[in-house]
Amino acid sequence: MDPLLDLLKKNAREPDAILAKELGVTEADIRARIAAYQNEGVIRGFQAVLNTDRLDSTDVRAVIELRIRPEREGGFDRIASRISKFPQVESMFLMSGGYDLLLFVKGKSLQELANFVSARLAPLDGVLSTATHFMLRTYKDQGVLMESEPHDDRLQVCP
Amino acid sequence: MTTVSKSVRNFIAPHLRDIPKSGIRDFFDIVAGRKDVISLGIGEPDFQTPWHIREKAIASIERGATRYTSNLGTPELRQALAEYMRQSFQADYDWRHEVLVTVGVSEALDVALRAVLSPGDEVLYHEPCFVAYAPLIRMVHGVPVAVDTFRKDDFRLTVAELEKKVTPRTRVLLLNFPNNPTGATLDRADTEALADFAIRHDLLVISDEVYSELTYEGGRHSMAAIPRLRDRLVFLNGFSKAWSMTGFRLGYVCAPAPLTDAMMKIHQYCMMCASSISQTAGLEALRQGDADIAEMRESYNQRRNFIVSSLNEMGLDCFMPRGAFYVFPSVQATGLSSYDFAMRLLNECSVACVPGTAFGSCGAGFLRCAYATGMDQLKEAMDRMTAFVAKLRG
Repeated sequence: MDPLLDLLKKNAREPDAILAKELGVTEADIRARIAAYQNEGVIRGFQAVLNTDRLDSTDVRAVIELRIRPEREGGFDRIASRISKFPQVESMFLMSGGYDLLLFVKGKSLQELANFVSARLAPLDGVLSTATHFMLRTYKDQGVLMESEPHDDRLQVCP
Repeated sequence: MTTVSKSVRNFIAPHLRDIPKSGIRDFFDIVAGRKDVISLGIGEPDFQTPWHIREKAIASIERGATRYTSNLGTPELRQALAEYMRQSFQADYDWRHEVLVTVGVSEALDVALRAVLSPGDEVLYHEPCFVAYAPLIRMVHGVPVAVDTFRKDDFRLTVAELEKKVTPRTRVLLLNFPNNPTGATLDRADTEALADFAIRHDLLVISDEVYSELTYEGGRHSMAAIPRLRDRLVFLNGFSKAWSMTGFRLGYVCAPAPLTDAMMKIHQYCMMCASSISQTAGLEALRQGDADIAEMRESYNQRRNFIVSSLNEMGLDCFMPRGAFYVFPSVQATGLSSYDFAMRLLNECSVACVPGTAFGSCGAGFLRCAYATGMDQLKEAMDRMTAFVAKLRG
């Protein structure tokens, strides 16, 4: 992978000037490469990674395993695309194994998510079954530990 | 503190009494306890030890593998090390008789020097260098003979400088590339020339290559890769820098069987063996740790590019080092000495760097900055230094 993408994955807020120095190229080059990735649809967005447990929020998160019936034309894609457009769905993947779609969903309350599953997902044509698991606590998200390892406790000067 | 009568000091061996405390230690005492400091003075990776390595160490404790191991080190680890030497340097060492696992490279160097030096023997070593070399040589009653390296050579060691210092009493050439504190490396022509020099003067070469995995462009050129040097080479390496395992204290020596045997004599009486837990962790690092190194190396590489370009932009001349995680900028343009620059930078900007003189007198006018520190810290440190240098040059 392009080291620029690695750096952006680590810290998308890194100024172009710093990225340019780290990679030994010009700032203009960095800007052009990022723009190209955006145009090609490789970079789909830049987001903060939050520890929601530390937010004063009552949002509820769950993962939902969905079994669906593939269609003769288009397989899983058409129904998957429909489901992915619900705003409650934060991430969604087609899976191998005992179910087909794995959804990461978010709602304002347990009730909202329950309604979403029973009123929106389950009745969809092609959905065979759902299994909903509520998340209790986040330990790691998108490669980021929610509790950092102990602070840098190295000696301040050493040989 | 209780008062100590003068006579107590008389119990200390004179040759030890005469060894000065490390300059870096002095600087540590000044920095220690200050909270707001960004330290570029740390000669230690900032990465956590990769989790799979730590996990193996934990598992070995759970399994009860907490006994003495063979003095030389566990057979599994020695076999893996011999394989590593083959893969990395095309160097053949018999794991049964030619590989010794030690408590860090520090112990490896100590046993190597003790095994080969007699009182009065001279050791050629290059400065600026790691702070332990001259003291360790003195502790075995050897005579350390410093050979200067220069900015104009990108701090490579040249045969021309060596020839000025070699005498009939010279027994050992001690090398450390990639180098702490300059980040200098050797290319193939350099290692060949040094090998020829050693053979011409019938010297033993002790090569501390603990930073060898942290080599950027230009490839790495080990003394172990030179077959004609094999019978006069003691190769030292360790796990601290490559896998960020400093606290595990794990190193090793590869040398012809009679030399390994001699070092083993010392090691078995004074150390017994390296920590069994660390040896398990080291084996995991060798077997599964290639990706860890690649990832850390890439990160160091990017920080190196950043810090070299930042230092040059602020007007501190800095060559692009090809190894380790140090840069060695010159502060001569500011008119301050290394020490004054470092002290004022610390007091006025709360950035700690080590004066080049801590690594030998020819480090005068230079500063060691370690970039084994997160980018956020590095950026802040460079901002502060830029302002500081601008103020100095008014």
